[in-house]
Amino acid sequence: MILDWLLPVLISVALLLAVAGMLKRISLWRAGQPEKVSFFSGLMAMPRRYLVDLHHVVERDKYMSKTHVATAGGFVLSMVLILAVHLFGVENRWLSYALLSALVLMFVGALFVFKRRLNPPSRLSKGPWMRLPKSLLMFAVSFFIATLPAAGILPENFGGWLLAAVLAAGIVWGMGELLFGMGWGGPMKHAFAGSLHLAFHRRPERFGGGRSTGLKPVDLTAAKLGVEKPTDFKWNQLLGFDACVQCGKCEAMCPAFAAGQPLNPKKLIQDMVVGLAGGSDAKFAGSPYPGIEVGKAEGGPNKTITEGLVSPDTLWSCTTCRACVEECPMMIEHVDAIVDMRRFLTLEKGNTPNKGAEVLDNLIATDNPNGFNPGSRMNWAADQNLRVMKDVKEADVLFWVSDGAFDMRSQRILRSFVKVLKAANVDFAVLGDEERDSGDVARRLGDDATFQSLAKRNIAAMSQYKFKRIVTTDPHAFHCLKNEYADLYPEGQKPDYEVLHHTTFINELVKAGALSLEEFKGGTVTYHDPCYLGRYNGEYDSPRELLNELGIEIAEMERSGFRSRCCGGGGGAPITDIPGERRIADMRMAEIKETGAELVAVGCQQCTAMLEGVVEPRAEVKDIAELVADALIEGDAPVSKKNGKQAKPNADKRVAEEIL
Amino acid sequence: MQPDKQNANLRIAALVSVGKHPGSGRARRAEQDARAVEMGLAMAPQGLEVLHAGDPHAEALRAYAGMGLKKIRILQQGENADAVPALSQYLGESKPDIVLTGVRAESGESSGMMAYLLGEKLGMPVVTRIAEIVSIDNGQANLLQALPRGQRRALRVPLPFVASVDMAAAAPRQSAFGPASRAEMEAKKADVEVRDEVQASWSEAPARKRPKRLKVVKAKTAADRFKAATAKSSGDGGKVLRDKPASEMAQAVFDLLLEEGVIR
Ligand code: SF4
Ligand code: SF4
Repeated sequence: MILDWLLPVLISVALLLAVAGMLKRISLWRAGQPEKVSFFSGLMAMPRRYLVDLHHVVERDKYMSKTHVATAGGFVLSMVLILAVHLFGVENRWLSYALLSALVLMFVGALFVFKRRLNPPSRLSKGPWMRLPKSLLMFAVSFFIATLPAAGILPENFGGWLLAAVLAAGIVWGMGELLFGMGWGGPMKHAFAGSLHLAFHRRPERFGGGRSTGLKPVDLTAAKLGVEKPTDFKWNQLLGFDACVQCGKCEAMCPAFAAGQPLNPKKLIQDMVVGLAGGSDAKFAGSPYPGIEVGKAEGGPNKTITEGLVSPDTLWSCTTCRACVEECPMMIEHVDAIVDMRRFLTLEKGNTPNKGAEVLDNLIATDNPNGFNPGSRMNWAADQNLRVMKDVKEADVLFWVSDGAFDMRSQRILRSFVKVLKAANVDFAVLGDEERDSGDVARRLGDDATFQSLAKRNIAAMSQYKFKRIVTTDPHAFHCLKNEYADLYPEGQKPDYEVLHHTTFINELVKAGALSLEEFKGGTVTYHDPCYLGRYNGEYDSPRELLNELGIEIAEMERSGFRSRCCGGGGGAPITDIPGERRIADMRMAEIKETGAELVAVGCQQCTAMLEGVVEPRAEVKDIAELVADALIEGDAPVSKKNGKQAKPNADKRVAEEIL
Repeated sequence: MQPDKQNANLRIAALVSVGKHPGSGRARRAEQDARAVEMGLAMAPQGLEVLHAGDPHAEALRAYAGMGLKKIRILQQGENADAVPALSQYLGESKPDIVLTGVRAESGESSGMMAYLLGEKLGMPVVTRIAEIVSIDNGQANLLQALPRGQRRALRVPLPFVASVDMAAAAPRQSAFGPASRAEMEAKKADVEVRDEVQASWSEAPARKRPKRLKVVKAKTAADRFKAATAKSSGDGGKVLRDKPASEMAQAVFDLLLEEGVIR
């Protein structure tokens, strides 16, 4: 029969073309900057990363995860068996039966893909992606029928010429999409690029339940700082862009997109793909950047990205909240890419918008973003009798005050936290005037030079003293100290302390019975997860436990925990202030209102400022430190709530020491 | 930066010093000098030379370079040297069309005399506190001089001239780290180095704020308060000399200075 010789030819041609396309694609990635990856262990780890880590993210959408397992699993299995049965002509009835079952599996999966595409949500891209389910079905059906004779279910030569021709056409379509398209930039590219992206991911720590959120330092001696052209990205970043499946999960979570600012993380990644391959965005079939028409952007591997491909406003709209990264099933790193491009604009072009330049100048000249006299950093604590490291040299806890010291509202949080520390008899001290801005804002605005300078001087100040832990009320400083300072220690030195957020620390104190608290007497309370505490550092539980200790039942928002929505205050966004249709803080406050909460508990001075900036009437905003300080029962010996035991006098001091 | 304002053959020298942040006391690009560089970049990006007399290793100079300068020329001299002789010697040879300085330095003597002394040595007219160079035609520059309360005075000055740049001039562009760290600091020993004997004998101390008389405004409406805050203070006893022989006007100024004890 004709298919007997035609099939092997078609399969071979499709495979050869696919391989040629893949080699071409690989050469596009290799135009990026070198970056060391562990080649073999990456490849070895890939199946596990796919089956466990990636599946973990996809699993959040049960429908899609099952569909994908059936379709992709069915396809991979069929492909292997097709090679055996139809290309190498292994004549084994059981093999053919196995192939038939794999194709059925794939067919069923593809049906569900088809169903989802009947009425797709706006976050999904259309265009070629609408064709994909049909191609999948075509592939499965054609090969199914073509395999029936080999399985002995249909007689050889069944259907004659006509059927053979129809089958051949179906097979060409199916393989065209699934094999040829994989190499030549069709929707199936994601399978090829995606698996290599998993193998050579720039943050392998993210697999196996780990976390890697600190930005990578810039080599300040390089000939060019930051990313100007697509080829300035590391090669594996380019590879990562190509892995995108245009599912739009990032788009659905992005606060800037929702606020109508000109940013859509999905479009951004697709524009990077346009850039690395060259061409225009005319074929993009998803939601645009709000307010910017699709089809006008053009780019190429060696063209400046911000001249024609992506508007700088798009890059400056991002709050670096990481909601997109958290949600992306392909584990693409949007924030890294955005900050890399910002670095070029700030460090090479001197083009940080709005108040950006002023803030950076202030940070350089005064170590704080508002240009206050650095000698007045301790003024807020004039009445607090704080011990300063310069005098005591040693303490159990270093209280990192942060720039909240200069802001009247934040000072209330700081005072509350000091009150709590004192009530628990914690042995703590502050750096006083030796403390500097953590460098968070400078780094997110792309000024890694200033970040590194601040970090190095902070490290030098801290290295003079002995302490076991740093506790801070500022999640941004927390993140920098915990995840980003280690890169900047002098050769051969490492941080030898633990960094904690105040909610974690107070929670420990409460659990150890070092504080006695009365019940919270107020209305409904909800909790807003700060991005830099939650998604950046995985601390979702301590603040909630602490609120429970106060007798509060949290009325959770729909977007909470790892899906919390940003307050709009991160990444220097209030400084660059790119206009949109709505304000992010207003949207968040509306979500707070939906819970019926009269009070929203937060754990970040920046969130406090953003949410309190929403016009009244709105929920009251309080930091958890303030809630705890208000609930302190002072004077009494602490009563541990859990066991109701009366602690011995002075026991509080010991308890506090024990947990340190 | 309007391109039509750029003058291909115009040569500008912007003099820069090491500034000092009022809060932290840290070295930085001086605010007025940075405006002078900005003005130079806007007028003649090709013909701008940025000049400093002093220490070529001063990090703060890089902040000027970060505005997009390929190089900064430094007349290298010691800490106690007077900048005027070195600068006037160099400028006398390089003969720029316009010399821009700040109104006064943020550190050191901060006397505000630089523009005058240079003008005297180089024999060029001096314009103080300019806010903008509007245009240049037929060897003359149309300038806007900044006066208090946002007022401007249009001047027409023949090239070459020395001008000090007021804070009212366009704010300087952001300084970028990359170009700043790569710019060439072309240092050359100053041809003349004159020790500033006067300054050497001084001791420096931070200035104390002088008490200021409170202006009590008895205004009933916001409009009155606004007027009081923005009105020109009417100094009394002033005298306007105009359209008289120059010698007569000069004599009047001289008499006043004598009377006030400024000169003896
Ligand atoms: S980090 Fe946040 S603001 Fe930035 S693109 Fe991602 S979701 Fe949008
Ligand atoms: S970047 Fe990730 S989340 Fe966004 S569309 Fe692509 S695959 Fe989906």
